[in-house]
Amino acid sequence: MASRVVMPKLSDTMEEGRILRWIKKEGDPVETGQALAEVETDKATVEMEAYTNGIVRKIVAAEGQFVKVGQQIAVIGTADEDISALLPGPAAAAPVESAPARPAPVADAAPRQVQAAPAEPMAAGRHLKASPLALRMAAESGVDLKSLRGTGPQGRIIKRDIEAALATDAPQAPSAGSAVAPQRSRALAMVAARDAAPESQEIELSPVRRTIAKRLVQSKGPIPHFYLTIDVAMDRVWDAYKALRDQKSSISINDIVIKATALALRQHPDINASFAGDHVKQFARVHIGMAVALDDGLITPVLRDADLKPLEEISEEARTLAERARARTLQPSEYSGATFSISNLGMMGIEQFSAIINPPEAAILAVGAVRQVPIAVDGQVTVGYRMKATLSVDHRVADGASGARFLQTLKRFLEHPLLMA
Amino acid sequence: MPLISYRDALNQALREELRRDPNVFLMGEEVGVYQGAYKVSKGLLQEFGERRIIDTPITEEGFTGVGIGAAMVGLRPVIEMMTWNFSLLAMDQIINGAAKMRYMSGGQFKIPIVVRGPGGAAHQLAAQHSQSIESWYAHVPGLKVVAPSTPYDAKGLLKSAIRDDDPVIFFEGETLYGSKGEVPAEDYTIPIGVADIKREGTDVTLVAWSKMVSVAMKAAETLAAEGISCEIVDPRSLRPFDDAPILASVRKTNRCVIVEEGWPYVGLGAQIAYQIQQAAFSDLDAPVTRVTGADVPMPYAKNLEHMAMPSPTRVVAAVREVLYLD
Repeated sequence: MASRVVMPKLSDTMEEGRILRWIKKEGDPVETGQALAEVETDKATVEMEAYTNGIVRKIVAAEGQFVKVGQQIAVIGTADEDISALLPGPAAAAPVESAPARPAPVADAAPRQVQAAPAEPMAAGRHLKASPLALRMAAESGVDLKSLRGTGPQGRIIKRDIEAALATDAPQAPSAGSAVAPQRSRALAMVAARDAAPESQEIELSPVRRTIAKRLVQSKGPIPHFYLTIDVAMDRVWDAYKALRDQKSSISINDIVIKATALALRQHPDINASFAGDHVKQFARVHIGMAVALDDGLITPVLRDADLKPLEEISEEARTLAERARARTLQPSEYSGATFSISNLGMMGIEQFSAIINPPEAAILAVGAVRQVPIAVDGQVTVGYRMKATLSVDHRVADGASGARFLQTLKRFLEHPLLMA
Repeated sequence: MPLISYRDALNQALREELRRDPNVFLMGEEVGVYQGAYKVSKGLLQEFGERRIIDTPITEEGFTGVGIGAAMVGLRPVIEMMTWNFSLLAMDQIINGAAKMRYMSGGQFKIPIVVRGPGGAAHQLAAQHSQSIESWYAHVPGLKVVAPSTPYDAKGLLKSAIRDDDPVIFFEGETLYGSKGEVPAEDYTIPIGVADIKREGTDVTLVAWSKMVSVAMKAAETLAAEGISCEIVDPRSLRPFDDAPILASVRKTNRCVIVEEGWPYVGLGAQIAYQIQQAAFSDLDAPVTRVTGADVPMPYAKNLEHMAMPSPTRVVAAVREVLYLD
């Protein structure tokens, strides 16, 4: 007699699993204890065994799909019996089969890596509350309500939440910048080429990543921060800085740190990213937000494509943006759209601190003062320049090792400034 | 423009219509010799005499019925209820007579009658004399119901009401009689069924009529100090109801608070809220909220009476609620 095969609970905390691969296909005979499919749970990838003998008559959950524990994934029976009563009806099958296709974000035509759109855990798991106006605005603007956190009563998504989402997602005009020097043309050509490419790429959340995202918000929300501090030998940067200063250049240590950070982010796209509810958005461009203190707060003007700009241009733009920030003449487009931020309190004598992530960015670098300290080299105490940099990371997006690798790259750039050339 | 009281604006309207049309007459308790319980008919007996300014005994059902009969034969009676609380005795005449006669006679009779008087709570008149029952009348097909909030609207609407061929229920605010405003000395009318924007704003729509307009105004001033901009729409006519300006306002502000002196249950505000959600659902960012009188007979005690009435403080709280500020 035919029977339904359902997603088994393969670990204590498992709520859903992803069918990675069907080992048996429709029509294959199967015996109790034989591996039926490969399932990725929140903890591991395991082989799921058949609990009955027969023929795999129907597979109702496709490879790549997320399926809640207890939900049907197949039917096993004899070769010729009628199994229509055991097939999921349209309603029953909904969470598995007709996963709502995620509307493609308007400003983002990046191809997805996902083959079949997985069931949306958010949609299945909670009732989405939004005001009628918010629903209409979302439909008109293409904002995905599931990616928003409502600020109305009981989490209701209201007008201001949509407006905030639109302000964050608005396509950024390329920065006007100052007069363009000839040497910048190559970089600008690269910018132009990149403008044609997608702004970002969406990386599907793995079950493990989903679990981390969910758990960590429960422990520290809404952004679960963790912090990594690295000590950087700044002797070479310091020498370069002194040499530049002697030549009346206005390039500062901070400008060099910005450049090094931007280049490091190029190599670590997992840090140049944003958590977007059910996926991680990795940015193709590096826009550095630069925290500028105001009398009554803080603003982060944005240095766009900082990885592509020569040091002089970064220096000039950073100075102009900071001045305009203090004069409060920045346009909204000039302080939004950063993909990563740097907060530098070194000039105020702070040795080390931890900055709070500026959403929706996934990380922020807190830079302390460059100071002369005694250091031990080969058993001898000598004197050198050191700087501490602390990276705050959104644990939903990246882990300690990723953050550490990024810091190592940053350290390498700062300790060997020629690598930046 | 002369600054005159609501009371005098009504007096002007009556006087001008009595002069303009010999078929107009005023009837009610104390309208003649005493010149009106609230002095709305001051000087009219002297000018127009006993045939047109008629004092009646305390017989609401009787003199209202007489007025309806007079209207059926071509006169244009204005019936004064000393307060709308007493009209309960005349409701059979108004609802079963005045409201339905044109329909039931197949259009053979017009009923150009105005029934007017003060409504709502005043100062410690207790449960039987402090009722806002405009929604009772607005419920009835065949009646027109108006409730002016300013002297200007009062004069213009009363003249329209007297000239209207259908029965018009005319609610005056008992505590509005002394309020002053600019009123043209010359003849003008305000059409029945046209709402008015009493204050322009962008953040929230307040719908209020009669006395509640001033409550909404005070709330709007308090909120303006916090940077919240209220738009106040005064429907003026409760039936027919001009929802277009309210809908336009809600489409602009996405939020609405209805301020109503009457009781909450099955009140006019419920009807207005229905019309807003029906026509402007996808423009709402918050549920439409009402601030109403308490759902109790009006207490006599001064402090309790105050608590039972909509106040600017309660309107401010409701606005903050629909703006999600608290």
